[in-house]
Amino acid sequence: MDYFAQQLINGLVLGSIYGLIAIGYTMVYGIVGMINFAHGDIFMIGGFIALITFLILVSFGLTAIPLILLIVLLVSMAITALYGWTVERIAYRPLRHSFRLAPMLSAIGMSFVLTNYSQVSQGARVKPVPPIITGGYTLHEGPGGFVVQLSNIQIIVVITTVVLLALFTWLVSSTRLGRDMRACEQDQTMAALLGVDVDRTISMTFVIGAALAAVAGMMYLLYYGLVDFFMGFVAGIKAFTAAVLGGIGSLPGAMLGGLLIGLIETLWSAYFSVEYKDVAAFSILIVVLIFLPTGLLGRPEVEKV
Amino acid sequence: MQASRAPGVAFIFKKALISALVALVLFSLMIGVRTEPGPQGLLIYETRFGELAAMVATVFGGSIVVELLRQWWGPVGTVRVVPPQVTSALAVAGRWVAPVLLVFTFLVPVIFYNERYILDLGILVLTYVMLGWGLNVVVGLAGLLDLGYVAFYAVGAYSYALLATNFGLSFWVCLPLAGILAAFWGVLLGFPVLRLRGDYLAIVTLAFGEIIRLVIINWQSLTGGPNGVTGIPRPTMFGIPLSPGDDGLAALLGIEFSPTHRIVFLFYLILALALLTNWVTIRLRRLPIGRAWEALREDEVACRALGINTTTTKLTAFATGAMFGGFAGAFFATRQGFISPESFTFQESALVLAIVVLGGMGSQLGVALAALAMIGGFELFRGLDQYRMLVFGMAMVLLMIWRPRGLIGHRAPTVFLERNQAISSDLVKEGHG
Amino acid sequence: MSVDPILFVDHLSMRFGGIVAVNDLSFGAERRQITALIGPNGAGKTTVFNCITGFYKPTSGSMRLKHDDGHKIQLEQLNDFRISKQAKVARTFQNIRLFPGMTALENLMVAQHNALMRASGLTFLGLIGAPSWRVAEKKAIDLARTWLERIDLLDRADDAAGNLPYGDQRRLEIARAMCTEPALLCLDEPAAGLNARESASLSELLLSIRAEQGTSILLIEHDMSVVMEISDHVVVMDYGVKIAEGTPQHVRDDPKVIAAYLGADEEEAIAVMESGT
Repeated sequence: MDYFAQQLINGLVLGSIYGLIAIGYTMVYGIVGMINFAHGDIFMIGGFIALITFLILVSFGLTAIPLILLIVLLVSMAITALYGWTVERIAYRPLRHSFRLAPMLSAIGMSFVLTNYSQVSQGARVKPVPPIITGGYTLHEGPGGFVVQLSNIQIIVVITTVVLLALFTWLVSSTRLGRDMRACEQDQTMAALLGVDVDRTISMTFVIGAALAAVAGMMYLLYYGLVDFFMGFVAGIKAFTAAVLGGIGSLPGAMLGGLLIGLIETLWSAYFSVEYKDVAAFSILIVVLIFLPTGLLGRPEVEKV
Repeated sequence: MQASRAPGVAFIFKKALISALVALVLFSLMIGVRTEPGPQGLLIYETRFGELAAMVATVFGGSIVVELLRQWWGPVGTVRVVPPQVTSALAVAGRWVAPVLLVFTFLVPVIFYNERYILDLGILVLTYVMLGWGLNVVVGLAGLLDLGYVAFYAVGAYSYALLATNFGLSFWVCLPLAGILAAFWGVLLGFPVLRLRGDYLAIVTLAFGEIIRLVIINWQSLTGGPNGVTGIPRPTMFGIPLSPGDDGLAALLGIEFSPTHRIVFLFYLILALALLTNWVTIRLRRLPIGRAWEALREDEVACRALGINTTTTKLTAFATGAMFGGFAGAFFATRQGFISPESFTFQESALVLAIVVLGGMGSQLGVALAALAMIGGFELFRGLDQYRMLVFGMAMVLLMIWRPRGLIGHRAPTVFLERNQAISSDLVKEGHG
Repeated sequence: MSVDPILFVDHLSMRFGGIVAVNDLSFGAERRQITALIGPNGAGKTTVFNCITGFYKPTSGSMRLKHDDGHKIQLEQLNDFRISKQAKVARTFQNIRLFPGMTALENLMVAQHNALMRASGLTFLGLIGAPSWRVAEKKAIDLARTWLERIDLLDRADDAAGNLPYGDQRRLEIARAMCTEPALLCLDEPAAGLNARESASLSELLLSIRAEQGTSILLIEHDMSVVMEISDHVVVMDYGVKIAEGTPQHVRDDPKVIAAYLGADEEEAIAVMESGT
């Protein structure tokens, strides 16, 4: 039971990271209807920028950890957001009204570019950092000596996710930008006719998605203590799987999907085999889609005849 | 967009300045700073302001050049009127491209007999031509998005490798088996998921590709895991080995043995397989099944209203594509003599898909040209070493922007009464599945 | 009312969530006759069509189809493609659904899919180019040519369907449905968007289909001139229920029908009618 509780905690933390990335996929899908294959790499770039900012701040002699984390968070979000904006501008906007596969391949190309860009500029080796946030709480000590622990970093990941999610939900539901985004999602032509700046709204969608991915990248760095140029691919596929599992286009779905994928992966590793954790996650995706063809929270597609 | 009035110098300068500024922020940390493991294993960093400045300057200059080009070219999206004579001349030339290319391909081993590198490259290109033609059935004709095509390639390769190394079956027995097994897996995957639409299908196929790869990596007792399968038998010419021994082909023909014989044989083998794929696809397009595939891509609802069983139609497309992938996989295994999961990553699927889309969905000639351009181009970039994927990715983005509908932008009808005229790809749908 | 209907819709209801699109609807479509289903927008006509042609599963009720040879089929038990394949019910769509990237001829060839699949020995005979397949293919092309001729599109046989003018696309869609050799042809607003001349030629086409092929036709139509000219029997729907039924003459004079179309109540409609005559 204790073991299970511990795995549950670990799974939720991992799921939070996936969820943050998945939101970027789902938002972009909702508004432009394309799979942004480069989003996983945006997450990776976010992790790298967090790492570099952190190193610079430490070398300048800054020691107040909360302040460092805050600056790292903001810098990473800002620069990564600009990456998201640039990618949209270069690779997707010229193909906005083109045929469906072209932007997708452009996105795959962009993903190759970003992966290779950070490989070339930062080297192919894994970049480890010493644990930045240490300590934690012992929740329960079992009779067999097994302890259920909740580390500070886990608390930070979950709290950051919850806060961002709340902020983001507010943004989409109650601000002008959120309304524009929802309008563009329904009908871009009509939104444009009613005075919504569609280009700007789509750009902002990419910017917000990238900023959230940057947070995920930073959390990944803090939690696992490393980044590498290839981490965007696997995390990206998992997050996209999460978005689809939850029902692509649905924001709560993305978060739910993220948590589920995190849990499946962790529990499968804990009870069955670590090697097959990704196989388990993907298989469950396939099974869910067979029974719920539009994911858990996706709106069923009504066929217009 | 400044369509009517050409933007002035100030405009171009301002735009370039903004681009440079964006570049400065983007590259500031990623290029301006490099992280390295320090003496104690901890990360340290060094600054590279020179490189950063160079990159920003490049973006600034590049932006000016692009803007000038755009001005010279006219605004994006303008329909450039091509005189009808030119169009018809191009059409005539187009009719000659395929036969000339085919004859040339046949002659490659003769012309380049002593150029091992070119022969190897030719084999590689032809393998991708075959994969492209196979995937074309699924994506180009039936309009089903398959992001995990490499899975069937892997099934074919491992089928042959394992059957040959464990049971000693010959290549010619394994080749059909590999195709059948791949098709079987295609049906197995396709049956439950083909009612999914659009991107849901895409992610499921992607997931399937990853599952196959991960199972191959982890099922060590069967597949050898990450180490792969070694000692895969080389193909024989219908039982006659291409080896220096007494029973080898060279000895039988009374000529001196040369390792090039095998390369040439492999070249013609993959050429034959690719041409078989092409022939079958062209035949199928003119049969009801092929027309149903294309109709499915055009409008699935209408297909159902016409009494077409969309599920089996999709399944046959999926299985046919998978089967060709399986053949190509078996060839790959026998050519390499060694296979490992590394050859079957998502990048391969993406590459084959890029070949199909760049070729112009559904166009056989287009796919062949795209394979030649992509694989040949990729080889040209070999000198760029670590920047290769960077350039390759950029090329993919630019090619898509340049020709979103592919190199060959029209569809040939499968049957005609009077005039065999091509249909503009603007009318052709791309499918939803 | 009916002697030998080809289609009998019995107490059909269709609900979407809380909305009742079709409520307890019963009517018959006579064999070798043209039955029109009319009613204001949103009356539920297309929903009835979608139930008959298997795109929707009705909430309750039954639809019985009786072929000329006496063979009976319950349509609600078949789904999507089987309606066309086994029950021989063909349909067209309100917003034309041709295969725009295929030629007019190809569109008609796709419609003969099931017959051609059999002739091609499930593709295998076709792949080796068996003579029996060649004969069947030629016959299929001839059938397509006949239909192209009848809809006056022979000279555009090799043009992409998406390139044809609107009126031609409408007729091509009907020809395509006819190439499946249906017993019952369901047309969803075939005259929508046509000009007077095109409407007249459409009426002619439908009358000739009834006369020559003996196909029973069920159509939804707004264009009253077409309905009045060609229908043998008219069923009027409003808010998901049948409000009138009978010959064109009969329903035209029914105050309930006029009220439904004018959106007024019955007394007002009678007043309008009386002032008009």
